[in-house]
Amino acid sequence: MTAAFVMAAAQGLLALFLAPGVVGLIRWLKARLQNRRGAPAWQPYRELRKLFQKEIVVSRNASWLFHLAPFVVFASTLMVAVLVPVLAAPLPVDRIGDLLVVVYLLLLGTFFLALAGLDPGSAFGGMGASREVTVAALAEPTLALAIFALARGAGSTNLGEIAARTMADPLSAVSPGHLLAFAALFIVMLAETGRLPVDNPATHLELTMIHEAMILEYSGRYLALIEWASALKLLVFFVLLGNLFVPWGLATALTPGAVATAVGALALKLGVLAVAVAVLETRVAKLRLFRVPELLSASFVLALLAVTSSFLLR
Amino acid sequence: MLLFYKILRVGVVTEPLALGEPDVIEVAREVETKARRLLGRAVAIREVDAGSCNGCEIEITSLTGPVYDSERFGIHFVASPRHADLLLVTGPVTRNMEVPLLKTYEATPDPKVVVAVGDCARTCGVFRGSYAVVGSVDAVIPVDVFVSGCPPEPADILRGILTALDRLPQRKG
Amino acid sequence: MAPELLLLALSVASYAVGALAALIVRGMAGRALVAVGALVGSLATLALGAWCLATGATLAFAAPRLPLTGLALRADGLSAFFLVVVGLGGAAASVYGFGYSAHYDGRYSLRLLGAMFNVLLLSLAIQVLADNALTFLVTWEAMSLSAYLLVLVEHDQHGTVRAANWYLAVTHAGFAALVAAFLVLAGGDMTGSFAAMRSATLPPATRNVVFLLALVGFGTKAGVIPLHVWLPMAHPVAPSHVSALLSGVVIKMGVYGLMRVALDLLGGGPPWWGGVVLGLGAVSALLGVLYALMEHDLKRLLAYHSVENVGIILLGVGAGLMFQSYGLPGLATLGFIAGLYHTLNHACFKGLLFLGAGSVLYATHTRNMEQLGGLISRMPRTAACFLVGAAAISALPPLNGFASEWLVFQTLMGGALVPHPEAAIGMAIAVAMLALTSGLAVACFVKAFGITFLALPRSAEAERAREVPASMQVGMLVLVGMCVALGLTPFLVVPVLSRALAGLGGLPLTPIGFSLSLPFSVSGVTGEMSPLLVGVGVLLLGTLTAVVLRGVADRRLRIGDTWGCGRVGQTPRMEYTATAFAEPLRRVFAELYRPTEDLSIDFHPKSKYFVRSIAYRSEVEPWFERLLYTPLLSALRGAAVRVRQVQAGSLHLYLAYMTIALLALLVVARWSR
Repeated sequence: MTAAFVMAAAQGLLALFLAPGVVGLIRWLKARLQNRRGAPAWQPYRELRKLFQKEIVVSRNASWLFHLAPFVVFASTLMVAVLVPVLAAPLPVDRIGDLLVVVYLLLLGTFFLALAGLDPGSAFGGMGASREVTVAALAEPTLALAIFALARGAGSTNLGEIAARTMADPLSAVSPGHLLAFAALFIVMLAETGRLPVDNPATHLELTMIHEAMILEYSGRYLALIEWASALKLLVFFVLLGNLFVPWGLATALTPGAVATAVGALALKLGVLAVAVAVLETRVAKLRLFRVPELLSASFVLALLAVTSSFLLR
Repeated sequence: MLLFYKILRVGVVTEPLALGEPDVIEVAREVETKARRLLGRAVAIREVDAGSCNGCEIEITSLTGPVYDSERFGIHFVASPRHADLLLVTGPVTRNMEVPLLKTYEATPDPKVVVAVGDCARTCGVFRGSYAVVGSVDAVIPVDVFVSGCPPEPADILRGILTALDRLPQRKG
Repeated sequence: MAPELLLLALSVASYAVGALAALIVRGMAGRALVAVGALVGSLATLALGAWCLATGATLAFAAPRLPLTGLALRADGLSAFFLVVVGLGGAAASVYGFGYSAHYDGRYSLRLLGAMFNVLLLSLAIQVLADNALTFLVTWEAMSLSAYLLVLVEHDQHGTVRAANWYLAVTHAGFAALVAAFLVLAGGDMTGSFAAMRSATLPPATRNVVFLLALVGFGTKAGVIPLHVWLPMAHPVAPSHVSALLSGVVIKMGVYGLMRVALDLLGGGPPWWGGVVLGLGAVSALLGVLYALMEHDLKRLLAYHSVENVGIILLGVGAGLMFQSYGLPGLATLGFIAGLYHTLNHACFKGLLFLGAGSVLYATHTRNMEQLGGLISRMPRTAACFLVGAAAISALPPLNGFASEWLVFQTLMGGALVPHPEAAIGMAIAVAMLALTSGLAVACFVKAFGITFLALPRSAEAERAREVPASMQVGMLVLVGMCVALGLTPFLVVPVLSRALAGLGGLPLTPIGFSLSLPFSVSGVTGEMSPLLVGVGVLLLGTLTAVVLRGVADRRLRIGDTWGCGRVGQTPRMEYTATAFAEPLRRVFAELYRPTEDLSIDFHPKSKYFVRSIAYRSEVEPWFERLLYTPLLSALRGAAVRVRQVQAGSLHLYLAYMTIALLALLVVARWSR
């Protein structure tokens, strides 16, 4: 039992320390696809280290909420990283939080970040907060239906159960329900983590920002926490896409061999998803803000089809 | 698909950074060792246009392109001065931009570095003596490195930034 | 005497004392006595409910000598649970009301406020204990009338009288439906006792009619769309602690009544009953939150959220009814547990939010969010309480809103087990609507809290705001404590609820484990979570991060201006407004809202290139009144005009009417022999 909890903590820490690397990898791939040399994949680590050593400048209109928000965002995202099956499934920690808990913990982070955007009283922050909650709200139904489709197959919303059930029945991984749910969840991932075509993470035009606009007032260690939490959120979504839909490689027993295989499988899945996101971001242009609901409706339809097909093709 | 075929065919076109003319870059202030060490590998730059004709801006935008690729040195451009470590200032400081420039400087957290780009930033260039300019950038905020040229080449701007961070092998020329 | 009867007597006596004191004693002593009477009565009610739930005792009291069928009271699990809800809401509201009613002194009638407040609480307490139709209906009417009078307290404010009239009209239309429902259900049994109704066997068509009448009647009270139109009118204009009571407790009586009639008295029915309730719940939830988003009157926003949360409760109840008709009693129990848990949670966080809004109103004399702001530094404790309420209603872990919404989700996901694919797909769509609702609730409360409390004050009143008196803060803090406690301990609440529901309509006692996590396996659906451990985990990780940062990171902090691209100075006009915040969602749902926009530009007379002023006006008007109620009301008026012709004024005509009526009665009496 203690081994299992150590495993849970370890996989949370692993996710935490891998997250900036995944973001760096995507940036490096995009650079190469733009015919540039680009920074190495470990550049985000250097940026984080630098940010931790910088001074913070806080607006005089900001309240205690401004100081609290980065910690809430970071802690809730880290808790999610502990709960998702990064390396091993099923684990006893699955019983603390299931897939619904994961979604709502991420929503907790969004709530506080949006409030922190409104706190200093700048128009950019308000705009970012308004757009962010709009996108988050419109992505919720798709998430819920994708969870429903997965839970239906496994008979439970428990993350370990879902992974175990797919491993036990390999054919279900290519069933229409699963494939459609994967597509829907992929689009939601792009929306929730602020990737093209929903939001450009590298933009410096405030009127085109969604996520960035909320954090324009943050600096130093607060900014570092928020950036890290945002990278961790991306990794969490990658883990959900990879380890719930293609769970082979997950360690079912806590032996060194199984864990080593799990680490390798995780690296492979993260790499594949990073390449997919980098190629997609190179290929598409950012959508106009009021086209984003159309994209999210398309993902909702995919999720609804996933659920209906899983009922009709029982 | 044609796009990716083309990308693969062209390959990486980034040019290695040459040494360049030594007198284009002038070090006005010594940047603190601590700041240099901290910002050495990851720098966030906020560009401030203090009334320039945008000739320098055009050169600066090429920095993020494939040929000059500032990102390989760990440089990236940010929108908010709160996220920035280095202010890249262009233009003779006009009366209207004097206060905004000062406010941008104040909004940037320590440690910070200022690099002034272009002849206008150092001596007001062709606009010297005009009723609309206040003076060189140094008159408003403390500048660490000046990069001369009208406009300076992107490679010179890059060298100026790296000099400010003590990343170039030869500093004094 | 049994402790239950003692507590009941104490609560009745206490409310009576409070009501009388309001009429007789003046000034602060009067307000104090009202508050004490209401508080003691509510605590007694709460204790009674908790006692009955904990020990399983049932209270039975009858006074058959009273006119008609007399008073009959009985407490079973469901009644005990609602007694807890009533007691909790009443206690918090009465403590808060002591400080809040101070600013009514001299301006409005404190006697009416105090007396009717206690009468309302009394009628609520008796109503859930009612064991025959007459007791139920009399206390229902007493509740509606006292609530009406309470809504009218601030009678000279704009819109109050209209709101009260709408409230009275709709609630009486519902009352008529309820009387009809009980008459049909009693089916000739003149005692009208619930026990007789339970054991009666009625043909299916009659049961359907009773169900529909009850649904309409209780739906008007609960605020189900489209019977909700009075809610956003009446709740904002009532005094704030009354609003808290109205939203937190009174509309739950609709839920209580529905469960009592559909589940207990009728014993469940065909699947379409559950389907209708589920559908109404989903629509109410979604439309409620969509209209809440467009509001910038703080209390109207909260009133629409009550509609939304009643929708969520009905999702649970409807799912429960549906599962019961499909013969899945375990899932049915789960559905009802989810609905009841959300009832209690909503009473807590909606009460808290209304009390918070009342504090804002007390301090700034305005409900308009566009004139507020910056209150977090001027009213720190109110802001913190409101933040907890906002997080709770947005269903964020580990607070109570999340616990009950999680249960509703699990119930609906259990719909996968239903044999009919239409029902299953219907439940899937309900899941999607519930998720959209909760996402939009997050958006709405970021707006409500952010615009009201954060940034700079947008008006002089907001600037001058000061923290509210201690009694008001205590009222809010009590509810904050309940929100947190109910959120962290679902493993305590759920077993209590399942015991309370046992036996109703043939539901079995679902054994639920007593552990730190909340696990259940209900015939094929397993779900587990532990909000306590999640909350502890997040807190631990946050503290750990802060400690590590203290040691590792730089600690310098400098205060500067808000970054505004270097402009000089910052005024409140540069901040985001509530309307602007909700604008993207208004665009997305424009087809639903049909906003009207009016832009008038005043040009300089000499040239069209110079603009003197621009006025922009945009309105989102709920179309229910226009599409549904206006035609209905004009049809009624037309019919009434036509019927009035019968009253021609001629004495001969009236004598003729009486003769015809007598003859008809004699013929009918002869025939039905």
